[in-house]
Amino acid sequence: MSNVLHTDNITMQFGGLKAVSDLSLEINQGGIIGLIGPNGAGKTTVFNMITGVYTPTSGKVIFNDQDITGLKPDRITALGIARTFQNIRLFNDLSVLDNVKIALHTDVPYSLSASVLRLPSFFRGEEKIHQQALEYLKIFGLDTIKDEIASSLPYGEQRRLEIARALATRPTLLILDEPAAGMNPNETKELMELINWIRDEFNLTILLIEHDMSLVMGVCERIYVLDYGQIIAEGIPEEIRNNKRVIEAYLGEEVG
Amino acid sequence: MDERKNIKTTLTLVSLVLLAGILYWGQNNLSTFQIRILNLAAIFVILGVSMNLVIGFTGMFSLGHSGFMCIGAYTAAILTMSPESKELIYFMEPIVPFLAHVEWPIFAAVIMAALISALFGFLIGFPALRLRDDYLAIATLGFAEIIRIIVTNTITITNGSLGLKNIPSIKSMWVYWGCAILIIIILKRIINSSWGYAFKAVRDNEIAAEAMGINVFHAKLLSFTIGSAIAGIAGALMGFLITSIDPTMFRFLFTYQILLIVVLGGMGSLTGSVIAGVFITIIMEWLRVVEQDMNVFGLLTIPGLPGMRMVIFSIGLLMIILFYRQGIMGTREFNWDWLLDKLKIRRGSKRGVSL
Amino acid sequence: MSMDVLLQNLANSITLGSLYALIAIGYTMVYGIIRLINFAHADLLMVAAYIVFYGILVFSLPWWASFAIAIVLTTLLGVTIEKLAYRPLRNAPRISALISAIGVSFLLENVGIVTIGATPKPFPRPSELVWNIHAGGISFLSTTIIIPVVTVILLIAVTFMVKKTKIGVAMRAVSRDFEASSLMAVDVNKIISATFAVGSGLAAVGGILWSLQYPQVDPLMGVFPGLKCFIAAVMGGIGSIPGAMIGGFILGFVEVMLVGFFPGVSGYRDAFAFVILILILLFRPGGILGENVVEKV
Repeated sequence: MSNVLHTDNITMQFGGLKAVSDLSLEINQGGIIGLIGPNGAGKTTVFNMITGVYTPTSGKVIFNDQDITGLKPDRITALGIARTFQNIRLFNDLSVLDNVKIALHTDVPYSLSASVLRLPSFFRGEEKIHQQALEYLKIFGLDTIKDEIASSLPYGEQRRLEIARALATRPTLLILDEPAAGMNPNETKELMELINWIRDEFNLTILLIEHDMSLVMGVCERIYVLDYGQIIAEGIPEEIRNNKRVIEAYLGEEVG
Repeated sequence: MDERKNIKTTLTLVSLVLLAGILYWGQNNLSTFQIRILNLAAIFVILGVSMNLVIGFTGMFSLGHSGFMCIGAYTAAILTMSPESKELIYFMEPIVPFLAHVEWPIFAAVIMAALISALFGFLIGFPALRLRDDYLAIATLGFAEIIRIIVTNTITITNGSLGLKNIPSIKSMWVYWGCAILIIIILKRIINSSWGYAFKAVRDNEIAAEAMGINVFHAKLLSFTIGSAIAGIAGALMGFLITSIDPTMFRFLFTYQILLIVVLGGMGSLTGSVIAGVFITIIMEWLRVVEQDMNVFGLLTIPGLPGMRMVIFSIGLLMIILFYRQGIMGTREFNWDWLLDKLKIRRGSKRGVSL
Repeated sequence: MSMDVLLQNLANSITLGSLYALIAIGYTMVYGIIRLINFAHADLLMVAAYIVFYGILVFSLPWWASFAIAIVLTTLLGVTIEKLAYRPLRNAPRISALISAIGVSFLLENVGIVTIGATPKPFPRPSELVWNIHAGGISFLSTTIIIPVVTVILLIAVTFMVKKTKIGVAMRAVSRDFEASSLMAVDVNKIISATFAVGSGLAAVGGILWSLQYPQVDPLMGVFPGLKCFIAAVMGGIGSIPGAMIGGFILGFVEVMLVGFFPGVSGYRDAFAFVILILILLFRPGGILGENVVEKV
């Protein structure tokens, strides 16, 4: 089983605070991996180090055998890692369709002069992007509201749009930051099905941070548990569920 | 596919022809004064859309526009003034030798003004655009001031605080409005393209834009450079309209007026900047009334209040930003779809009758 | 440069530095608490100067009465500006608040032009305060001593207030964390008003002292000092009061000394501050005493 991403002892130090220390994890091709841990454990920091928002103070991040440590987020996206955000970051004043189109535009199919002169390559490029964007929206059931302004959407649809947009960058690794936040049990169940489906349909590897245990246990094949910036456990859901250290970390006290 | 595309293309062509007709009529029938005001309006429209590109579409609060105007104005003026004028005007210190006998045609000078302003925009943008909102505002303000101070002090190139006179005068509406229309078309095309999407993404959510693969810094730098280039063109045209320029013309006051236009029209709407640009220019002239003595029914004279115009402007800007932040157009643009919908001309055969 | 001239320049730089420090504090306090560059701050110094001008020349009030009235009225003006022009925009995008600040600044300047006239007018210096001192071959104005002394007293007072009084602590809390403070039953609005009051009061004093030193008033007199003082605040670390003090003194020192040693660059005098600003923003945006804030992703 080949490994799509692994981190080698990455550490993140903010001034005097060590948010993440010596963290090494491995994500296998085609897997759905979970990263859990109590609040403040450093999960989002790990994400940010992988996606280039932070540069690790030390250690390496290797993606498809390429060292991506310290690359900027736009380069990392171009290499095939896409992400969603814990507090949804849509382009609020733009339409649903435009949000997805932006993700598709980064493989620019025409030059600046072609757009100013409105050459045929411009029209072809735009049409192609338009159609592709509509396809993505259809998959997520968002095509009927394609012209709505993103900020006017209900929460659940905003989350779906964020995922659609991330997929439009054609990643091989998709990172989801608390995708079930604010969802009720029904919506969470739908999300689980969606995650499984897109993994199969788009040949993805998925890494997700989550607090919602039903989602994590239900959809993840392997789980890493983080506490105080370090991995304290790793394994399949059953193992993690019964792991004493994990329970302690969450409850904050000795158990039995 | 857009079923109404043919109608829309026809409408656009017809409006362009109409516009040409209006310009022709205006050039031949309006008074010199009225033409001058309309030409000034064209310049303010150009300034408005270029500043809107930077502030409204890309979300960068840059206050350096007047600096780039200054560069453009001086470049074009120096390149087009006749050698005789130069000898006459530069009497404190003679002009630098390699510029003394330069006399270029207008068109080339305007292009050069755009290029030099773009160059400065690029150089200044490189360091400045890494800064956040409020810091960017002060930094760009600072750069504009530095430019002004340098212009005031490099007497052998710019004639310092004495300014330049005898700049060739252009009175034709075709030039000013021709430039304005061309620039609007180009900007519209850039905005409705991949780069425009990138600008708006950067404006709405920089971090998300980067996560979507957009090189935020490149996008900002491109937008800023284009904005500066166009400001340079506006500066050049200003020189040809007023025929004399000096460093005090390009104080922050100028940027402020353009800011008013951008805010009034709507940050993020080209149409808005066009409407506001014309509106503000005309109001500014009309308000001169307030600054002169007013004779009321021949009975009493209300003394004029110099500077009152700007007071009214300041209050206007405050009112808009406090109560009407969207401006006239918000982020909407005028487009044929809106008009056709209003006239109930159907979008396509799926709904039954089409035009 | 001869010793006399050097001493003269040193004295001038301390004086100028004090004035800059007084005004810079207002910027830094306001920025620290609501993250806004109050473009209108420096125009308050002009307002105070004019009130004194009118008090002495038109209403024939004794100088100390004019000073007191100027400080009170200017402080009230500063607080009113916050209530009317900044508070409504607290939840709007930052650009809106900045535009509003610019609008207020312009309004003040242009009202000044309309009501008082754009031509500079000589400021009436009270002879009790301003006289010539001769010492060891050099002569200087009393203001060269009075200004730094007054400044230091005020700086100590402000520092004391911020560190020891309830209001001062509340101000620091609100700068650190706006939302948490309002949850702790801190009346955020009152604290912000108090911040503006202190800042505006200092600007008023700064304006009066400025006019004593450079006795010429015009509606735009606050523009350049304003920009420079903001730069001083950034240099010292925006949001930090000691930083603003340090920044003000450094800027005053550099400005006077550079022109003193290189008279040929006096035309570029105003450009220095901007160059310094840009260098700081590029290489150490936190300033001398500041911290770097990382945006939460």
